[in-house]
This record gives sequence, C-alpha cells and structure tokens, in this order.
Amino acid sequence: MILFEQVSKVYSDQHVALDKVDFHLKKGEMAFLTGPSGAGKSTLLKLISLMDRPTSGRIVLNGNNISNLKGNDIPYLRRHIGMIFQDHRLLMNRTVLENVGLPLLIEGYNRHEIKRRSLAALAKVGLNGKENSFPIHLSGGEQQRVGIARAIINHPPLLIADEPTGNLDPKLSLEILNLFESLNKLGISVLIATHDLGLVAKMRYRTLTLREGNMINDGLLRKRNA
Amino acid sequence: MRKKTDIRKKPSASTKINKVSFLGRANATISQHFQQFVNSFFELWKTPFATLMTILVLGVALSLPTIFHVTYKNVERISGQWDSASEISLFLKKDIPQERVQVLINKLGLYKEIETVTYISSHQALQEFKELSGFSKALDHLDKNPLPSVLVVVPTKSAMNTVGTKFLVAKLEREQDIDLVRVDLDWIEKLQAIFYLIVDVVVGIATLLLLSVLLIVSNTIRLNILNQRDEIEVMKLVGATNSFIQLPYIYIGAWYGFLGGVIAWLFSLILIFWLESGVDNLTGLYQTKFEIISLSFNGALVLFATSALLGVIASLISVKQYLVKIEPS
Repeated sequence: MILFEQVSKVYSDQHVALDKVDFHLKKGEMAFLTGPSGAGKSTLLKLISLMDRPTSGRIVLNGNNISNLKGNDIPYLRRHIGMIFQDHRLLMNRTVLENVGLPLLIEGYNRHEIKRRSLAALAKVGLNGKENSFPIHLSGGEQQRVGIARAIINHPPLLIADEPTGNLDPKLSLEILNLFESLNKLGISVLIATHDLGLVAKMRYRTLTLREGNMINDGLLRKRNA
Repeated sequence: MRKKTDIRKKPSASTKINKVSFLGRANATISQHFQQFVNSFFELWKTPFATLMTILVLGVALSLPTIFHVTYKNVERISGQWDSASEISLFLKKDIPQERVQVLINKLGLYKEIETVTYISSHQALQEFKELSGFSKALDHLDKNPLPSVLVVVPTKSAMNTVGTKFLVAKLEREQDIDLVRVDLDWIEKLQAIFYLIVDVVVGIATLLLLSVLLIVSNTIRLNILNQRDEIEVMKLVGATNSFIQLPYIYIGAWYGFLGGVIAWLFSLILIFWLESGVDNLTGLYQTKFEIISLSFNGALVLFATSALLGVIASLISVKQYLVKIEPS
C-alpha cells in the first residue's frame, strides 16, 4: 500500500526532517507512527498526501510512484487517501452532512447519492441524527468522528491520521482508535501518527518510531516504553 | 502517461467503489454548475452592504462608457441629419442663354450622384435677397441685377459624405457654364474632426473605466479568496481540483459584472429621462424636434454580457494569481 525507499526530506533551512527512511505498510495493515515532537511524523504523512515533496528517495502508493507526480494529478491521488487531522479541518459554515459529502461532491456524484452515502458514513461512525448540525455545535470527539466519516466516505484504500486523538480525553481517544480498528477490519490500511504511547501500547499494532528524522524502531511497542 | 492514467482512473483497492457513469458525471456537472450559479448569487448577499457598494461602484464605472456610447449614437444621428441637408450651389456664368441653362439642367439630371436640380433665376434670386436682406429700396436703385442664376443641387444619399461631395464638386467645376461651385464642406469637416477627436478621448476614458472595473472585481475576488483560505485548503485536501474550487469565484465575478451592468443601464435611462425635457426646450427654440434615443434592447444585452465577461476575466485573474497558489499546510 505504502512503500518508502530511502526517503529524505531536507527543508530550505537545511533542517533534515526525514533521513533515508524505509518502510512498507501492506494492504489492509494498521500501524502507528510515533516519536517525539519534531521527529518527522507529520512530514512523513505530508509526503504521503503530497502536501510536500521528498528531497530524495521513492514513495510508492497503491502501486504508483508518487515522488514526482505532476501537480494536476495530486487531487486525484488525494481522493484515494482518507486524511484525518488533530484539528479536524471541518468547514464550520456547512452542516455535518455537507462536510461529510464534500469528497463525493468533488467527484461529481449526484445529490441523492451523496446524501445516501453521507448518512451511511455517519451511521458507521455513530453520528446518526447529527447530519443537520453544524460542527461548531458538536463536541471534540464528535467533530473528529465527522472528520473520519468524511475520510471514509469514498471508500479509500488508505487512511492516514495525524494526531487524531490529540485534543481528546483518554476515553474518547480509545473510542476513536477503536473506530480506526473497525475500519481496518473492513480492509482499509491505516497509518496513525501519535505521540500517545500509552494508547499505542494498549492497541498492540505495528509501531514505526521516528527520532530526529530516522526510523529507529519498526515493530510492536513493548509495554515498558509506554 | 501510464502513471497519470493509473492515478486518475484507477478507483482504489477497495471493491466498494461505485464508478460514476459518463452520463451521471455530465448530469452532475451541469447540476453542479447550476447550483454554483444560483448559490454564488446568494453568497453575494451574505454581506449585503459590501456587495451593494461594490455593485454601485461598478455601476458608476460602467455607466460612463454606456452614457458615452448613447451620446455618441445620438450625436451620430444629429450629424447624419446635417449631412442629409447638404446642398451644392452652382453659380452660373452671366448672360448664358436660357436654352444652355436647360441643357445644363438636363445634363446634371443624368449625373448618378445628383438627386435633384433646382433652378433659381437671377431675377428670383434678387427677389429673395430683397425679402431676406431688408434692403429692398436700395436694391431698386440698381441699374442691373448683379446676381447670377443659380442651380441648387442635392446629391444622392450615397454621395452625401465628405469624399462623395468632394468628388462631385470637382466634377461640377469642370462644367464650362458654371462660374462657381459653393458647398459648405469646410465646417462639416471641422465638426467631424472635432467629433472624431472627442470619440477618441471618450474611447480612451471608457477603456480606463473598464480597466477599473476589472481591478475592482479582481480585488474583491482576491479578498474573498484570502478570507476563505482555510476552506480552500480543506477542499484541496479532500481532492478538489483547482477548476472545481474556482467555479464559485468565477460565478461571483460574473454576477458582480452583470449587476454592475444593470446598474449602469439604469443610470443611463435615468440620465436620458433627466435630459429629455432640456433637449426638447433647446430643439424647440430651433423649431426642430429631436428625440434622444436610449440604449437599444440589443445594446443593453451587449452591455450585460460585456460587463459579466469583464467580471469573469477579473475573477480568473485573481483565481490564477491567488487560489491556485494556496496549498494545504
């Protein structure tokens, strides 16, 4: 699903965000990406979603080398990746239904189909009856669920989440991670960047650990690290 | 090439993807355009005061070229009336026998550039002069009539222009029985030269005003884009193309232009209504009648279409300048 080969990212101020990183996330696999602040977690996710480009190395996504993808093709690539953010990135002036249906609207689906699939996605994340609410009226956990519903509405093969539980209390965080787990069981590959090692240890999934741009660990997180 | 095809068309690894048919996509695109067209109109009125101010400014800027155009059309009509009144006076040599005058009249009647020929004998000319000048008694003391006979020639419509009249005058001057050909071309030429100069100035001013319309709409759209930066970033993150995101801005630009055009049209109507009584009074003093024409239906449609097009161009400038450069961070 995702293949990183010797991927480096050096910013213009010579700061090395990633240094020759290699990893392979298989189709249908779920993994955590951990590390302290500034370790390169967000940079790695940005490279996958083409919000940034690698300085060197090769990134293969779903069989396509995306390292040198043309700018015009980026939107089409992003439609195959569900992205979830710590700050949810919802449109506050649109209803929950409109937020969730946005990817389908962009893809050119008709209004009836968008509504049907948005309601189904909202049901999947446990937000039945909230479709006409505005995000501002929802709790942090609910907003994150709306973000997840939006990310999964066009059935992407891959979900990437950047600190999805960063603003949530432990109970809500666990609920959100359980939601990711259930989506993974449906065959979606999931990569979650988080610095909450306690939570990662509870989930017992493959963990990629970054420090100062280097991949220092790839495997199950041992409890003593938690 | 293969890469491009893969990314754009390969749905995903998931088997749950429903591909949208071509017909469905076309249907959705048309419906999307219609929705954006309507939504962008209502979007304008979310900030009614700012929108109204912008539209009024555009209306004023567009109304000046519109009023110039209407004025030009009216002046053109007036100068057309002057042209059609032009006559050429042919002063005949003295002591020409009446038979030769008749031959000349017949000959001139065959000229394709001449519509009518009217003969005024020297005796008739003297009588007219006596009546008009008020020197009737003094003129009675003259031994001999000093005035020549005159032929008044009205050119055909096709010859009734500066070039045509000049050509006809040259032709008439070659007639041996004609002493002097007199036509008031000079003042018409001078007037036309002034008129064309004014037209050039007006075109220059109108161009500047249209440029100001472009700048106003472009700046308004730029501010809209910058205010909605977060929303644009989110849309790009979920896979929106630039053309999808720019659509509402282009429709908003078109609406601004169109509504500015409507205001300009209304302003021009109000101005004509305002001037009508003044023109009536003035033409009444000259015992003539002149009705000011306003912008025709087709003219109004051209105005609306042009102003909407200006709005679209202005939006495209801002979109290309700002929107495409916004990338999610």
